[in-house]
Amino acid sequence: MIKERKKHLKNLGLWTWSWVGTLAIATFGPKFIWDDHTTLTTFAIITNLANGVLMILANRKLFNHYDELERKIHLESLALTLGLTVIVGLTYSLLDQTNLIPFDAEIGIIIGFVGLTYMITLLINRKRYL
Amino acid sequence: MKNKVRELRKHKGLTQEQLAEVIGVSRQTINAIEKEKFDPSLPTAFKMSKLFDLPIEDFFHFEESHSM
Repeated sequence: MIKERKKHLKNLGLWTWSWVGTLAIATFGPKFIWDDHTTLTTFAIITNLANGVLMILANRKLFNHYDELERKIHLESLALTLGLTVIVGLTYSLLDQTNLIPFDAEIGIIIGFVGLTYMITLLINRKRYL
Repeated sequence: MKNKVRELRKHKGLTQEQLAEVIGVSRQTINAIEKEKFDPSLPTAFKMSKLFDLPIEDFFHFEESHSM
């Protein structure tokens, strides 16, 4: 079980770093490497998307390997994260629309919020059950 | 739900790790069940029942006020 878990974790880590790498290439490549060449930019974006799909599949495999308590912990954390992201995301969007914040709402803030919320709820739930 | 998993495991001379391996869950899950922080699924309860050679109701005690 431990050996198989390590294999799934290693696989997820590999695809996550690969996704981060291709995202960096797709983001900075057009400006710093290939001088806005449309075909290369399209190829970089498609490669990044394909890496993202493979990362999700690796995460699914790991999730299916979890036992019942681990799944409960992750599902509760995901449910809380989803709910909070919808509520906070819409509030953030409203703040931008009504010009109550002096800058434009950025998707990066929401992505960061999702990651942070998931980590915090995971820590709380792990403390609750383990 | 109250249970006697710890008592039965020790009676069988098994560690949490060994019981987890036999049942097919993590050691942390066995610990959570023994501490009554988590109620296992029916398949896990049946696996334990088979291992301990006892009916489920002999080591899991349902308390209505706690679960309802």
